[in-house]
Amino acid sequence: MRFRADRDAFADAITWTARALPVRPAVPVLAGMRLDITDAAAGTLGLSAFDYEVSTRASVDVQVEEPGSVLVSGRLLSEIVRNLPPYPVEMRTDGSRALLTCGSARFTLLTLPIEDYPTLPSMPDVTGSLPGDVFASAVRQVAPSASRDDTLPMLTGVNLTFSGGTVFLAATDRYRIAVREAWWQPRSPDVDTSALVPARTLFDTARSLTSGGNVDIALSAVDGSGARATRGEGMIGFEYAGRRTTTRLIDSDFITYDSRFPTEFAATAEVPVAPLVEAVKRVALVADRSTPLRLSFGQGEVVLEAGSGDDAQAAEALDVKFEGEPMRIAFSPQYFLDGLGGVESETAFLNFTAPTKPAVITGAPAEEGGRPNYRYLVMPLRVA
Amino acid sequence: MSRRQLERGRAVRGTVTADGIAPLGRADPDDADCVVLHIDMDAFFTSVEELRSPGLRGRPVIVGGTGPRGVVAAANYPAREYGVHSAMPMSRALRMCPDAVVRPPDGAAYRRVSAAVMDILRSVTPEVEQLSVDEAFLDVSGARRRLGGPVRIAELIRSRVHGEQGLTCSVGVAATKFAAKLASTRCKPDGLLLIPTAHVAAFLHPLPVGALWGVGDKTEQALRRLGLRTVGDVARTPPETLRHELGQALGAHLAELAWGRDPRPVTTETADKSVGAEETFDSDVRDPETIRRELLRLTEKVARRLRASGQAGRTVVVKLRRADFRTVTRSRTLGEPTDVAREVFTAAGELYEASGLSGVPLRLVGVRMEGLVPAGQIHHQLALDEPDQGWRAAERVQDEVIRRFGAGAIGPAALAFRDEDDV
Repeated sequence: MRFRADRDAFADAITWTARALPVRPAVPVLAGMRLDITDAAAGTLGLSAFDYEVSTRASVDVQVEEPGSVLVSGRLLSEIVRNLPPYPVEMRTDGSRALLTCGSARFTLLTLPIEDYPTLPSMPDVTGSLPGDVFASAVRQVAPSASRDDTLPMLTGVNLTFSGGTVFLAATDRYRIAVREAWWQPRSPDVDTSALVPARTLFDTARSLTSGGNVDIALSAVDGSGARATRGEGMIGFEYAGRRTTTRLIDSDFITYDSRFPTEFAATAEVPVAPLVEAVKRVALVADRSTPLRLSFGQGEVVLEAGSGDDAQAAEALDVKFEGEPMRIAFSPQYFLDGLGGVESETAFLNFTAPTKPAVITGAPAEEGGRPNYRYLVMPLRVA
Repeated sequence: MSRRQLERGRAVRGTVTADGIAPLGRADPDDADCVVLHIDMDAFFTSVEELRSPGLRGRPVIVGGTGPRGVVAAANYPAREYGVHSAMPMSRALRMCPDAVVRPPDGAAYRRVSAAVMDILRSVTPEVEQLSVDEAFLDVSGARRRLGGPVRIAELIRSRVHGEQGLTCSVGVAATKFAAKLASTRCKPDGLLLIPTAHVAAFLHPLPVGALWGVGDKTEQALRRLGLRTVGDVARTPPETLRHELGQALGAHLAELAWGRDPRPVTTETADKSVGAEETFDSDVRDPETIRRELLRLTEKVARRLRASGQAGRTVVVKLRRADFRTVTRSRTLGEPTDVAREVFTAAGELYEASGLSGVPLRLVGVRMEGLVPAGQIHHQLALDEPDQGWRAAERVQDEVIRRFGAGAIGPAALAFRDEDDV
């Protein structure tokens, strides 16, 4: 194998592909990144990485001099390309070594046994697609609410529900539920299925999307009729600008969350998002993760307080529109901020039932009387 | 090295001087800045028993458990002459002193007498730090004008305790808690010892390192490896060396203490650092179900005590002692402090399972809660699937039932005795 490549495009594709490299490989070959040139005429280099859960595949245009395949340490290759000088890169294999030159820099890499490298799962058929920036913001809105504790795998995922022309993303860690809905274009209009995707992988995938273009979503468990195949073999693929990620699904049912959202509220506040976020962050400086941010809503005003007794204390007042009975309620500062962080409009609605019952944060609906596309249910902290 | 070895067993009423201990004379004692008093009741439990049964006086008396694994809680001075001391297995104590009268501990009676003694102390000054049922520190700075110098106050306390309760106590008088406690230990029983500040170092330096507060077996061994056997050896070691060898905190602490410098003030209210309960089985238990049931029983007890004192704990500690006395402790810090037995038991049960001692014969198990905070300061993050009335509410009702109908009126079914009539 021998090729020349543009340094920046080469580095970008390798850095992206390296996301699936396992930190502690189950078998040594998985530490490798596979480079393939199948066809001299096509002029593309394929890159792939795999850790049995997640696979990544990218391609980059190169000047092919000789087709072939090689497996080299992915971690090392991505370190190297990120630090190369700004000259074209040349790479070739020489027996059990791979030589990389760039300007006057030369690297010799050991190759790994490519015959031992597992076959990557194939990308399932595309189920539908949606704009990359919509997908990225939707994931950013819900993924923080997934749990980082592995004891209950279901809670570490983001649940994607595809129902006709709508996709719902939802995540919960037992203390809050974030839900985002968006329009999408299904291949089959009567699609009705769901997939529980590890939040970490989904978040990484969404973060690597730059604006413009559509993301194709492919569910292996969906056949033409939209029914779900056998459990435990579920797989979802994302393709964006020629780059593909596949990940195994979490084999478990997500909670039914719709019924947990209260439908009637005792009080509602309409708040300016940015000033409220700033005020919460200021007041929360004296609180830690488990100490409460206390909110007292009254006519036209909310007072934020944190800290008590012998500890440092902070308070700040903010003008808000408030309707309903005066409400005193407390939240974990981070949970409250995560909820506000998902609101994309300038104002948010805070809906309350009771101080020990769920509260719901939503953005302003796109049109008057419409349904907000982002909902965040948060359980309060019970203050003794 | 234990406190026992510091005791002389002979009544002393004196003051430390440059030439050792001299009797307190008619001259004014050198006690101007010695405002800390340590009051220690002499052989408290057995003295109370002797008070209740005057016929016991002069005979060896042991208070403690009488079961096969009973432990000596206290021994009077005649019994101590046979070598009996507290924390010794009762069986061994009775081999050493077969004629001893053994009384089971009567906590209620001891607490009553203790409360009366503490009342006497509080009539001298409100600055009383009660250490246990039979021990307290006093800061008499504010009482001097009314009652005279510290030594005079010490005499007054001794005569009032004897006159009103018929019990003797020993009082150490010094400028620091550390020195005052050593003084009372040294003059026991029925003694009084003043350590003037000028002579503290001279008094301390010949003592073995174990006399230093904070030095247990491990530290003593570490000091011995450094060739340090007496407090004086420690005092003459550069503080940097001690910090290096023993760690910052302990090294710095011992360097100060060896010169009699102890910054701890007498504090009237000491919040508990932990709440715990343990059980020694009559015979070793290997059955995991029985162990778990015992852990549940201890957990219920600990949680009830937490709730009664308005506290909640963050860290659950399980103690497991094997038949050969090898002991393991395992701890887990919870997400938020709790006073709910159900939550503590979940952690305690998992700690037992993860200890690798499941199925291993155990002689003792214990449950303790650490990281205590006032219950008024705990905040509970509600979960989505949490019922309005959870275990917390159930256990509060349980407390209420026990308060009205007594212990045993209600409890987890797993702890209930099987009723033969029950089907």
